[in-house]
Amino acid sequence: MDFSIASILMLDGVTNGAVYALLGLATVLVFTVTRVIFIPQGEFVAYGALTLAILQTGKVPGTVWLLLIMAALAAAMDAVEVWLRQRDTLRSLTAAGKTLALPVVVAGVTAWLAPMQTPLLVQAALAVAVVTAFGPLVYRVAYQSLADASPLVLLIVSVGVHFAMTGLGLLFFGAEGFRNPAFWDLRLGLGPISLTGQTLIIVFASAALIVLLWLFFERSLYGKALRATAVNRLGARLMGISSPAAGQLTFAMAAFIGALSGLLIGPTTTVFYDSGFLIGLKGFVAAVVAGLSSYPGALVGAMFVGVVEAFGSFYASAFKEVIVFTIILPVLLWRSLHGGHSDEEH
Amino acid sequence: MKLFKKTLAATAITLLAASAQADITIGVVVPLTGPASGLGIPAANQVKLWPQTIGGEKIKVTVLDDATDPTNGSKIAKRFVTEDKVDVIVGSVATPVGVAIADVAMESQTPQVALTPVGLPPGKDAWTFRLPQGNDVMAHALVNHMKKQGVKTVGFLGYTDAYGEQWLKAFTAEGEKAGIKIIAAERFARSDTSVTAQALKLVAANPDAMLIVASGSGAAMPHKAVVERNFKGKIYQTHAAATKDLMRIGGKDVEGSYVVSGPVIAPDQLPDSNASKKVAQDFVAKYDKVYGAGAHNQFAGHAYDVVLVLEKAVPMALKKAKPGTPEFRAALKDAFETMGRTVVAHGVLNWTKDDHWGYTNDTGVMVKVVNGDWKVD
Repeated sequence: MDFSIASILMLDGVTNGAVYALLGLATVLVFTVTRVIFIPQGEFVAYGALTLAILQTGKVPGTVWLLLIMAALAAAMDAVEVWLRQRDTLRSLTAAGKTLALPVVVAGVTAWLAPMQTPLLVQAALAVAVVTAFGPLVYRVAYQSLADASPLVLLIVSVGVHFAMTGLGLLFFGAEGFRNPAFWDLRLGLGPISLTGQTLIIVFASAALIVLLWLFFERSLYGKALRATAVNRLGARLMGISSPAAGQLTFAMAAFIGALSGLLIGPTTTVFYDSGFLIGLKGFVAAVVAGLSSYPGALVGAMFVGVVEAFGSFYASAFKEVIVFTIILPVLLWRSLHGGHSDEEH
Repeated sequence: MKLFKKTLAATAITLLAASAQADITIGVVVPLTGPASGLGIPAANQVKLWPQTIGGEKIKVTVLDDATDPTNGSKIAKRFVTEDKVDVIVGSVATPVGVAIADVAMESQTPQVALTPVGLPPGKDAWTFRLPQGNDVMAHALVNHMKKQGVKTVGFLGYTDAYGEQWLKAFTAEGEKAGIKIIAAERFARSDTSVTAQALKLVAANPDAMLIVASGSGAAMPHKAVVERNFKGKIYQTHAAATKDLMRIGGKDVEGSYVVSGPVIAPDQLPDSNASKKVAQDFVAKYDKVYGAGAHNQFAGHAYDVVLVLEKAVPMALKKAKPGTPEFRAALKDAFETMGRTVVAHGVLNWTKDDHWGYTNDTGVMVKVVNGDWKVD
C-alpha cells in the first residue's frame, strides 16, 4: 500500500459513500417523519437508473404503466375514504382526481416523449419525474392507512413493499443489467488518480442535495412542518399539519433522492433490477450509524461505509460485505451502552 | 362413508387412466427470478420449443421457478418426485441450486439432467448428469489458448459464489500442467457498485493476462474496471459470460478480449469438421426464429440438448420399463450411462458410469470479441 493506491481507494470510497449518504439521508428522513424503516429505498435507485436505460432505447418504460396502475389504486382508495366519511360523491371524485392528476400528467408526457430521441438530460428529468411520482403513491397505498401502527408493523409492510417492487422490477426491466451513458465524458489525470466527470457529478450533486435539504428544513414552511411532525406527531397534528400530507411529501422526497442516486451510479456500474437492495442496505447502515435520527451523522456514516468498503475489497475482497455489515455491530453496541433506555418512540 | 368410497374409486380410476397413458413426465426447475434469472429465462424459452413427443411417447412438462434459491430448488425437486412422479428432473441453471437438487435426485433415485456444471463429491452424483461443459474442460481450452499466446501469469477476478470457486480450482489445476500460475485472486459480487479496489490490486500484480469469472451482463463491469486501470494484457472471460450482454454493456472496452464457450455461440464460423456444427446451427435457427436474431445463448442451448439426449435414451429405457415407475427411472439412468457418443449442440457427450460430465477436452471453442460480435479464434 502506497500513497497512490490509498488515494485511489479513498476516491472510490468517497464516490460510493456520497451515494450511500443520499440514501442514508432519505432513510433518516422517512423514519423520523413517518417511523417507517424504508427498506425499499434502494428500489427507487434501480427504478431510476433502469427507467433511464429503457428511455435510452426509445421505448416506454414499464414503470409508466405501473405508475398509472398505482395512481388508479390510490385514487380509488381516496375516493372510498372520502365517501365513507362524508357521503358526498362530488367530493370523493374531487379527492380521487387530485391524486390522479399529477401521475397521469407525468406518465402522459413520458409516454409521449419516449419514442423521440430526446437529449440525455431530458430523459434523465423524465426518469426522475416518473420515480418521484411513485413516492406519494407508495405511501398512500401501503402505509397511510397504517400510519398509527407500531414501527414493527411498518417494518413488516416495508419488507412486503420491497419484495413487490423487486418482482415488478424484474417484470418491467428484465433480468439483465444496464449501464447508462456518462453525463460528462471528462477524464482528469491528477497524479495517480484519474478523476472522471461522473465522479465529480456524484460528489457535487450529493453535496448540492444535502445543502438543499438543509435549506428546505431550515427555511421553508413545508420543511418546518415535516420537522414538527418528526418531533411530535400529535402536537403537529393539533397545530394543523396533516400527517398524511407530511407522509406523502416525505415519500416523494425519498423517491426523488432514490431516483437521483440511480442516475448518479447508473453510468459507473451495471444496474440490475435487484441491485438497489444492497445499495439501499448500505445507506441503511449509514443511517443506523447515525441512530436513524441525525442527518450529519448519516453523512459521516455513509462516507465511513464507502471508505471501509473500498479498503475492505482491496485487502480481502472475498469478505467485503462481511466487513461492511459487521460495522453495524460495534456501533449498535456503543449506541445501546451510551444511548440509555428510551421507550419513547420517535 | 359412501361418498368417501366413491371418491376413492374415482381417484383410483383417474390414476389408472393416467398410468395407462404412460406419458413421460419431465420436471423443469430453473430460475425465472433472482440473480440467475438471466440464465434461466432463455432456458425456459427453449423448453417452450420442445416437441410434443420424445421417442414416440407423449411428454408432460412442468416448468417451475426456483428463484435462484437452493432451498426453493430442493423443495420444488421434492414436489416433482413425490407429487408429479417425474421421470427426470431438468435443472437448475444456477450452480448452488443444482447442487441442492442433486441431493433430492440421489435420495429419490430420479435422474437429474443439470443445466449447470455442478461440482459434487464422488458418488454423490450417481443420479446427476451434467449438460454444460465442466469447468475443467473449459479451463483446458482456455489454458491451451493462453499457452499459445505466451501467457505465464494470470490475475483472477471472480464471483464469490460456487461458480467462481469451481473455476478457480479448475483453472489452477489445468494451469499448473501448462506452467501457468495465478499470481493474484480477487473476488466480487454481481451487485457490487464498484470493483475498483480489486482491479487496482490485480493490475498492480502485473499479470500477463486477466481471467474474469462472472455471468451474463454481470461480466462487463469487472472487465471495464480492469481496462479503466490501464491493464494492457489479454483479458479472458468464461462460458457463462458468452452472451451478447457482454458487448451491449461493455462496449468498446471488451473489444479484443477472449471468451471460452461451447460451439453454440457462433456455429456458422466453425469448421465443417466440428461434429456439433449442424446441430448447433439447427438450434440457433429455430431459437432465433422465435425470439429474434442473435437471441440465442448457451443456456437455451443446454435446454435444446436435453431433448437430444432424451431422444436417444428414452427408447432404450422404454424397452425395459414403463414411464412413471422406479424401474423406468433406473433404466433411463442406465441408458444415459451406456448410450455412448451423442452429438449435441454443445459438443460431443460421452457419459459413462464413472463420468457424468462427459465432454472431451476439445469441446471448448475460443471466441474473440471483434466489432461487437463473436469471431472464432
